[in-house]
Amino acid sequence: MYKLRDKYAIAGIGTTDYTKFSGRTVRSLATEACLKAIADAGLSVGDIDGIVSFNFNDSAPAIGVATEMGIENAGYAVDYAAGGNGANLITLAAAAAIEAGLAETVVCFRAMNGRSGFRLGGGRDLSAYGVTQYTAPLGWITYPQAMAMWARRHMIDYGTTAEHWAEIATTFRDNAAINPRAMQRTPMSKDDYFNSRFIVDPFRMYDICLESDGACAVVVTSAERARDLRHKPVYIMGGAYGGGPTQGDDLFDAIRWPSHSHNCFKYLADDLWNSAGVGPQDVDVAEIYDCFTYSVLMALEGLGFCKEGEGGPFVMDGRIARTGALPLNTHGGLLSEAYIHGFNHVIEAVEQLRGHSGERQIEGAEIALTTAGAMTCGSAMILRN
Amino acid sequence: MTDTAYAKPLPVPDPESTPFWDGMREGRLMLQRCGADGPWLFPPVTFCPGSLDRPEWAEASGRGSVFSWIVVRHPVPRDIYAGEVPYVVAIVELAEGCRMTGNIVDCAPEDVTAGMAVEILFNRVTEAITLPAFRPARG
Repeated sequence: MYKLRDKYAIAGIGTTDYTKFSGRTVRSLATEACLKAIADAGLSVGDIDGIVSFNFNDSAPAIGVATEMGIENAGYAVDYAAGGNGANLITLAAAAAIEAGLAETVVCFRAMNGRSGFRLGGGRDLSAYGVTQYTAPLGWITYPQAMAMWARRHMIDYGTTAEHWAEIATTFRDNAAINPRAMQRTPMSKDDYFNSRFIVDPFRMYDICLESDGACAVVVTSAERARDLRHKPVYIMGGAYGGGPTQGDDLFDAIRWPSHSHNCFKYLADDLWNSAGVGPQDVDVAEIYDCFTYSVLMALEGLGFCKEGEGGPFVMDGRIARTGALPLNTHGGLLSEAYIHGFNHVIEAVEQLRGHSGERQIEGAEIALTTAGAMTCGSAMILRN
Repeated sequence: MTDTAYAKPLPVPDPESTPFWDGMREGRLMLQRCGADGPWLFPPVTFCPGSLDRPEWAEASGRGSVFSWIVVRHPVPRDIYAGEVPYVVAIVELAEGCRMTGNIVDCAPEDVTAGMAVEILFNRVTEAITLPAFRPARG
């Protein structure tokens, strides 16, 4: 269990524009986001001695970004091979590295040309190695196709319907509409949702997240140091990483997963809440990894906001809107803000806790949840101001 | 159809999977089992999870029921699958207790249901490779 409650903080945040075509190298996107995060903290490149990222072989190595920024001594420069599960993992890893004395101030980033470059939602190599030999040759290739298989089980087990997913998609779009960073700001009605075409049953187009070019970065340092910096610190109260049994041969593979009606969050919930010393009832705003509408239900159920199977009814009737009891994805999420692999959720949580979210600010937000991942492994953090 | 004309992804058999693909080509569903009375496994591994015994290969019935399924309507990659959609991919719970993957054929996508009884069909796509498919059980 994460044992560093409130000892480390996020002191700076930075993002690039989120676009469909950056026209730039991934490394330059990463460097821009990192430099903005460092400046936001009131620090300079010379203050940074660690740099951590995660990628799917689709990004710039941490050492490349350190080189471009001119970090003198990037002692802790590490890349995690991770997907949607990685955003909170690398932030927690930065705190762990500082605790261990491997660095003092670490910048964490995720950068991708996810629309104009390598598309996670796109095709695969025509030679199917490893566990992929039992999936891709059947035409089971993309992540929407992977998660649709999960979503069907929740419908079978619990009677979940597209009405529930429509509530999620339209609520997040409503948030994106007042977020200047969001890629999709056109209002979406329930009719728009139901009229969007089926991509892979049971998913329609609006059940599926965006593809984006862009980068996000945060600066992590000790709470003590953060208190002397430019902004009020956002403390890392707790966090957890992991999943359950049989997490599979890769991030796509869930053939042996016990039940596709729940995901990793069922297994890391206790560690998460215990590490932070709070519970679901204490969360003021939650930024949930929403690569698909359905994945929001598994996170809410797994983390104990409601019982397994009750996520559909739980999200209805405005509960997850900005004015509801549990505001979710106040930036619009992966579905409507951008797909920066969940790192944009951390950015939004920090802005909410700083009170810097403008029109979409949740008044009095003190504790935020961020999650990353949707399948057999993931990560989550509890942040506070 | 010749091998060179086949444009869709093909499995690359490895030391763990070769008996499975050899079986497919011969019209037999070969799976691993951890001991004569132990659990059946899919996909193939070198060590049985937990016991760490070496699994043995055995022929499975090829009968099971639909655990979950998707209907692919938007082709990805488009150039390969444009003429194939809609098609169904399923996870099938085999009578032996483990799950495996396969396409559902001989059944309209709208007619697939949870728990539907299915039986294996051997879908020869190249000289070397036969893919698993399932159709509604015929009793």
